[in-house]
Amino acid sequence: MLRYTLNRILLMIPTLIGVAVLTFFMLRVVPGDIVEVKLRGDGGNISQEVVDAERARLGLDRPLLIQFKDYMIGLATLDLGVSMWTERPVIEEISLRLQLSLEVAILATIIAILLAVPLGTIAALMRDTWVDYLVRIITIGGLSIPSFWFGMLIMLALLTFFNWLPPIVFTPIYVDPVANLTQLIWPAMAVGYRYCAVTARMIRSSLLEIMAEDYIRTARAKGVYEKLVVSRHALKNAMLPAITVIGLEFAFLIGGLVVTEQVFNLNGIGQLFVQSVARNDFMLIQGMVMMIAVFYVFVNLAVDLLYAVFDPRIRYGN
Amino acid sequence: MAVASPTIAVSVAPRRRNAVVEFTRRQPLGAVSLVVILIMMFAGIFSELVSPYDPLNIDFAAILQPPSWEHWMGTDAFGRDIFSRIIHGSRTALVIGFSASFLGSSLGAILGIASAYFGGRIDNWIQRFVDVLLAFPIIVLALVVVAALPRTTVAGVDVNLILAISIPIVPRVCRVVRAAALSVRVMPYIDAARAAGYSSTRIIFRHMAPNVVAPYLIMFTAFIAQAILLEASLSFLGLGVTEPTAAWGLMLSGNAADFYREAPWMILFPGIAISLAVFAFNLFGDSLRDYLDPRFKV
Repeated sequence: MLRYTLNRILLMIPTLIGVAVLTFFMLRVVPGDIVEVKLRGDGGNISQEVVDAERARLGLDRPLLIQFKDYMIGLATLDLGVSMWTERPVIEEISLRLQLSLEVAILATIIAILLAVPLGTIAALMRDTWVDYLVRIITIGGLSIPSFWFGMLIMLALLTFFNWLPPIVFTPIYVDPVANLTQLIWPAMAVGYRYCAVTARMIRSSLLEIMAEDYIRTARAKGVYEKLVVSRHALKNAMLPAITVIGLEFAFLIGGLVVTEQVFNLNGIGQLFVQSVARNDFMLIQGMVMMIAVFYVFVNLAVDLLYAVFDPRIRYGN
Repeated sequence: MAVASPTIAVSVAPRRRNAVVEFTRRQPLGAVSLVVILIMMFAGIFSELVSPYDPLNIDFAAILQPPSWEHWMGTDAFGRDIFSRIIHGSRTALVIGFSASFLGSSLGAILGIASAYFGGRIDNWIQRFVDVLLAFPIIVLALVVVAALPRTTVAGVDVNLILAISIPIVPRVCRVVRAAALSVRVMPYIDAARAAGYSSTRIIFRHMAPNVVAPYLIMFTAFIAQAILLEASLSFLGLGVTEPTAAWGLMLSGNAADFYREAPWMILFPGIAISLAVFAFNLFGDSLRDYLDPRFKV
């Protein structure tokens, strides 16, 4: 098990290097950089010398391979460099906003799991009845309704029915949990809907498969209550594929946050990413992409290891 | 003997139904979504004929009008008719959705088949590349491409936006098509084609590709939905389609949010349009999967 884990961590390295190389060159092969946006963005008439000087100051005039070498050496020493716009360390920029985004992500996960397990189970048990169709429509709705629009609807509803809007200033949960939750629960709901839909669909289909297994028939034959058959025998096994989906979607929640944070005007990772794309802040984009990729590969590993914990038949490393 | 054959042939041949009728009977929800898609396509193709106003026509005498008989879905902060903008927006959504999904799925399918056909080192390299691309959330990858490429408009459509939306589709389709192609790869007719001395290109396109059409079509439809959603998100962020082009995501961005109280119709209708379109393509993709290949899972 330990050997397997170490092996997997080693295998992450080429993927992460690939991500670093790909982002670095993708951003730089085409002309156009932050200096253009910074100095000429408002249509101002700025002389070429000033532009060149700024470029030299930021090190953008150096040969691509030298820049690449510096970037890779930085990565190897866990140094993500300095934002080209604010000129503060990328790590600092990210960690400032990480708390908020992480909290929204965790809240969304909780909401999604709490709703998805009953929805998926009831749809599987009442297969091909109106309940199943209703759940199907709700879940496909979750895949189709853009999370940012759902967020806008939530705001609209709060405004129309309660004449109230969530606070804009972020309060950490350890300072004032109520103020914190009244701000973050809404974006969590907005991204949680999609998350819930994906998870519920997975639970439904894996539960359907398991209900046809021999050991379910055995359990019924020996007179186990149907409730217990479902909860003890079937649902436990159906949770395995669900865990994969929950894990992967969690790693990808940042995608939903990119747009949703904009709606709720939250100063989180998503908004930082959109800003850095609009400003062509290459260092910040690279840093954030690396962070997301690292997060993704580790969640992937965690999911695989959890499999072994939940299913004793799965043992890695032999 | 030859004289008797027509009548016999009719009674012996299995009764062939029209594919559309058969699909409707087995997948009623899919048929409904197909109707929605067809309506959207009609609106997109004949936008000029069906929309009551010019979507770009600014009318300061009629700003923020609530829905009425003159303006079915009201007007926006520039007095533009929202219904007309939604009709024209379906053209934007469909053009970008179709072309991005087609580009991404086709590239992904070719890579997937090549990966399965050649195996060994090439397979390994392609799959590592796919792993790298899969470590990006869809919208993040699209945003990186948006950051990398300048806007390039050809015939009113931003081709780099289409490229940005299609790239995240490639690795996902590649994975699924590779798995399907691996099972085709071991078929005797592939060995026969190789023994006959056909080139790899010919075998890939003529012998393997036709046998992975079902998963390809399913993925293609499903990713039209994703592409429309992605286009709306990027436009909403101000990094996709730009003003004054009518696009659903764009209609929700910028000052739309300033009018929650005064003009909720500015938010409601474009969002309904996006959701309905994505819903229809998702449902159609789902039904197509059940119809074509019930065992297949995306």
